[in-house]
Amino acid sequence: MSLTEKDKATVKALWGKISKSSDAIGADALGRMLVVYPQTKTYFTHWSDLSPNSAPVKNHGKNVMSGVALAVSKIDDLTAGLLDLSEQHAFTLRVDPANFKILSHCILVVLAIMFPKEFTPEVHVAMDKFFCGVSLALSEKYR
Amino acid sequence: MVEWTDFERATIADIFSKMSYETVGPAALTRCLIVYPWTQRYFGNFGNLYNAAAIMGNPNVAKHGTTILHGLDRAVKNMDDIKGTYAELSVLHSEKLHVDPDNFKLLADCLTVVVAAQFGKAFTGEVQAAFQKFLAVVVSSLGRQYH
Repeated sequence: MSLTEKDKATVKALWGKISKSSDAIGADALGRMLVVYPQTKTYFTHWSDLSPNSAPVKNHGKNVMSGVALAVSKIDDLTAGLLDLSEQHAFTLRVDPANFKILSHCILVVLAIMFPKEFTPEVHVAMDKFFCGVSLALSEKYR
Repeated sequence: MVEWTDFERATIADIFSKMSYETVGPAALTRCLIVYPWTQRYFGNFGNLYNAAAIMGNPNVAKHGTTILHGLDRAVKNMDDIKGTYAELSVLHSEKLHVDPDNFKLLADCLTVVVAAQFGKAFTGEVQAAFQKFLAVVVSSLGRQYH
């Protein structure tokens, strides 16, 4: 299920439209994930406040989306482009890769909320494939 | 038995009361057939599913999408026994339609996206959690009679 040239073009076109809202997207997606999938809170016990729109959540949402931005720029070779991030997730953060799917889903829901007109089924499939590719690249160094 | 909080019951009732079944049903099924194209395997007799435009314009898809939503309505009206409510439908999906139960989750995810788009900011994390819990129970009940 690799990204076709059409998929890559679709992802880059959408990113062009949404990137200025990336902080808001990240904060909403992360905040939402912690509420909808409470088991994900286990990774953030060091935060003072896990509620949506809290400072740690907003800040980390920004971090996550800068990773997404990096992935968009490296869309032609996600594995190579996300190598450092993969090492970080594998050896330092040790996030169970099942959670990549969970966060990806939450980002897609936020895109549907914030950009209902742009998030057509064709755009949805390209973005879903993209996030699958990102998740796979992030899992690369795990074992 | 599934325990529902007052918030969850109210949220599910609210979402379905504000939903246009004839819009949301077709939109969700259409999206599922486009985003997860292997789901088209169950609709060989629906006619042209050749590309996204064809799927979006296909009257059989639209009609079936509406049917599915009305089917969900039964769960909304029987939240305290969704498993019982769907026992027959589960047998149907298993014995007659031979649908891989993993597909139920795919459709549920598409339905979540469509509802999120309709509700916008009102689709908060808490509302999403209630909606996804409801759909998870539906999905589980539909898969229950498989053997």
